[in-house]
Amino acid sequence: MTISIDPQETNNESLQPKGWLRYFSFSLDHKVIGIQYLVCGFLFYLIGGTLASAIRIELASPMSDFMPRDVYNQVLTLHGTIMIFLWIVPVVNGAFGNYLIPFYVGARDMAFPRLNAVAFWLIPPSGLMLVASYFVEGAAQAGWTAYPPLSITTPQSGQIIWILSVLLLGGSSIFGGINFIATIIKLRRPGLKLMQLPMYCWAMLGTSLLVVLSTPVLAGTLILLSFDIIANTGFFNPVLGGNVVVYQHLFWFYSHPAVYIMVLPAFGLVSEILPVHARKPLFGYTTMVFSIMGIVVLGLVVWAHHMFTSGTPPWMRLFFTIATAFIAVPTGIKFFNWVATLWGGKISINSAMLFSCGFIINFVFGGITGVALAQVPFDIHVHDTYFVVAHFHYIVYGGTVFIIFSSIYHWFPKVTGKMLNEKLGILHFIITFIGFNLCFAPQHWLGLNGMPRRVAEYDPQFQFVNQISSLGALLMAISTIPFLINVFLSVRNGKNAGDNPWNALTPEWLTSSPPPVENWEGEAPLVEEPYGYGKEISEKK
Amino acid sequence: MTTLDSSKEIQKNNSEVNETHEDFRMFGLITFLIADGMTFAGFFAAYLTYKAVNPLPDGAIYELELPIPTLNTILLLVSSATFHKAGKALLKDKNSDSQKWLFFTAFLGIIFLICQLFEYFHLPFGLTDNLFASTFYALTGFHGLHVTLGTLMILIIAWQSRINGGRLTSHNMFPLEAVELYWHFVDGIWVVLFIILYLL
Amino acid sequence: MLDKNIYLILIISLVFAISFWIGFNVNLLPAEASINAPIYDELFKILFITGLIIFIGMTIAVIYSLFKFRKRNDQIGDGIALEGNLSLEIVWTIIPSIIVLLIGLYSYNIYDRMGGMKELNHNHEMMSSNSEKIWAGISQTSDNEIAINNLSIEVSAMQFAFLFNYPKGNFISGELHVPVDQKVSMKMESKDVIHAFWVPEFRIKQDIIPGQPTILNFTPTKVGKYPIICAELCGPYHGGMRASIIVEEESDYNEWFNKNKKPEVNL
Repeated sequence: MTISIDPQETNNESLQPKGWLRYFSFSLDHKVIGIQYLVCGFLFYLIGGTLASAIRIELASPMSDFMPRDVYNQVLTLHGTIMIFLWIVPVVNGAFGNYLIPFYVGARDMAFPRLNAVAFWLIPPSGLMLVASYFVEGAAQAGWTAYPPLSITTPQSGQIIWILSVLLLGGSSIFGGINFIATIIKLRRPGLKLMQLPMYCWAMLGTSLLVVLSTPVLAGTLILLSFDIIANTGFFNPVLGGNVVVYQHLFWFYSHPAVYIMVLPAFGLVSEILPVHARKPLFGYTTMVFSIMGIVVLGLVVWAHHMFTSGTPPWMRLFFTIATAFIAVPTGIKFFNWVATLWGGKISINSAMLFSCGFIINFVFGGITGVALAQVPFDIHVHDTYFVVAHFHYIVYGGTVFIIFSSIYHWFPKVTGKMLNEKLGILHFIITFIGFNLCFAPQHWLGLNGMPRRVAEYDPQFQFVNQISSLGALLMAISTIPFLINVFLSVRNGKNAGDNPWNALTPEWLTSSPPPVENWEGEAPLVEEPYGYGKEISEKK
Repeated sequence: MTTLDSSKEIQKNNSEVNETHEDFRMFGLITFLIADGMTFAGFFAAYLTYKAVNPLPDGAIYELELPIPTLNTILLLVSSATFHKAGKALLKDKNSDSQKWLFFTAFLGIIFLICQLFEYFHLPFGLTDNLFASTFYALTGFHGLHVTLGTLMILIIAWQSRINGGRLTSHNMFPLEAVELYWHFVDGIWVVLFIILYLL
Repeated sequence: MLDKNIYLILIISLVFAISFWIGFNVNLLPAEASINAPIYDELFKILFITGLIIFIGMTIAVIYSLFKFRKRNDQIGDGIALEGNLSLEIVWTIIPSIIVLLIGLYSYNIYDRMGGMKELNHNHEMMSSNSEKIWAGISQTSDNEIAINNLSIEVSAMQFAFLFNYPKGNFISGELHVPVDQKVSMKMESKDVIHAFWVPEFRIKQDIIPGQPTILNFTPTKVGKYPIICAELCGPYHGGMRASIIVEEESDYNEWFNKNKKPEVNL
């Protein structure tokens, strides 16, 4: 008999449905919740991707001819909101965090399983509500940033539903963050030291700190904004004496850390994947930990670099320039360390590895344009243009989404017990990588030469480059097909994976695939060297 | 029969659990309160920025009367002390004493809310009059919401601390400790709010 | 060992050479038509070359590792158990810090040359009352030429148009006409939502904010017609919110100005 963390939960467990039905239940098992997050997030990714395709179709011609102008604004608002709040944040935190963190700390579940399930089940209704708002009176159309006074003057119902939905998703995110912090700090297996944790735990600890510190500010801001819309107050309404720039400060106090909430977990995941497939220890564990914490601290004090043209005083511009540019230092350390991890390894070139390396290349590019954007004089020209659009897609798509795919290829055998098809995986990588770069690299040029973002119509001289970009988007849309085929085929008749197909050393591989309900038969193993490749512990296998 | 058995098992397991794990529910609560505090921090930051940057229109009234909020501050501070008393009493297994102190705390909370409403009804400005008025109502209203929730929770744990069949005992102090921490937090926020909004 | 170092030096110099070549020969920017533009392009070039060096270097490192250290079929076991190298890690902490710091100082210098660090509040002639807070965008003023002849224009933006008020001529135009090589000073305010005033050829942009006037100064240097673009989402027709700025010789400008000028009306 096993002792559970909280017996009341086990009691419930026996009442839970078995088989695939459990994924539709209020399950308390962290692995079930992780998969719920992943699949739910992926469905929203498909919706968001469809919206992105609609945007690229509209932009294939310089006239606004594919859809009405207000619908276009709704589409871009929904695309941004869905991709951020319903795909990347829940998947890279919720899905992988829930699945992996209890394994990594040697626990049988998260610290607060019930809170965990609540956090997940807030997502589907708020997501559906957001999508459904399109059919009410039209969705929100002020962009995902919802800058007032535009968000106050556009149709109210859509904006209010948007606010409600983002508030719920923010709540979900905060609950998740509390859970991760408690699990990592408090639920570690006896004998497991903090500096022995796999890097993803550190990344999630940092991310959760950012979630807990910054998301509530967004919640407060959106409550004030909803008062402006419903109750006719004037917090952000200049007609009533309000101040629109205050909204921007409060909004970016969350939404810049939100970028780190999206990329830090990806940094953690890639730190797990690279050592396994390169058969080498993670290079510079300690510096990696410190650089994560450095990013967390700096990430909280750089928000105003989104507002260099918003009428901020010069001293503020200067401070935020320097703070932002310095984030490149800890980030750079991580990238050099990853390349050093590859150096001298015995690298298996497989889909997980390719997506991770694609991530490094894309993210370095996005990081360089990021440092450039941090410079006030540079930013003043390209702010709110396609240069910025290209930059952040290099960060969140070329960075985080590549890592999400890499992680799926890496952990699929653990979750299902089946291998994914490598040929289809590599095909998926090639199409995604080419499509992605074809879509977003030309947008840098567009931005520099005078195409603002969020427009449905543009100067005809940009048509050719826009069409290249749209072609890239088409490739990206196509790239999901081999992936989906791969997943469906492999779940049904994939090659059996065995417990540890990659001969990995991190704790999740030391149990059966798929893992039992309480993660381990018997006591949780103590993994003191999660990256001990090339050493005795690894050679023993 | 079965329910009785399972509940016994739960209790047995619970004691086992308490041996193997330290209780991290309080840790979770503290994390949550930090998050909640950040919401207030956002509001305070907005208020202070408005005060510094956005001049009010001529003739706007932004002077606040001090007696009621001062009384409210005292009420909340006293209620923090009485709550503490309730915890001490429960620890000594004096459940009925503890219950009395809890009811008294809840009573103070309700008085606070009544005073707050009284202040609202006698203020010379309404929610949408000017920026100061809006921020004033948003801050105090959001805090009042916290007090309301806290008072409800105090009433619930007071009911749970009844002698026969109550779940709150000296062996199960967590609900009381959790609500107590929350209540101190709400008091602390009020003190900051009082200083920033009324005194500055 | 020596061979290896020579190859490394060769590759690094090749990366530098390619980056510099691209940096100097590939032009990604539109025409330069204001005093700001060449200053901006100087910064751009530096950032572009630095970025290229880092990007090409990293890409080569990743692809080379994938190729050189790939697992051959006959290989078993792991790579070397190298867990870190403190001196190496210190090197790649300090070098990026220095690069970032230098870039920061340099861009501060650029910003200062563009006039961004000047407080505009005190010497602006349109400063109406002390209580009104004006937040500045970039300016191009040197103290001695707080130009008497500088051209003041009031810009008001609304959904979905710009209006340019020439107070000296007492008329409003939908097109912005300015004489070449003269400092233009604009006070901008929005009537509804946030807009932005962007002229790509001038490398300047400033949000136009309701309830809070902003100031933008610039000096055009090249005769021609350039687009004024709204760069902040302002509603359904945001993409269509454009105007033109026409930079012309002073005589042409004066002709246009006098044609539109209306007599002062005293009420």
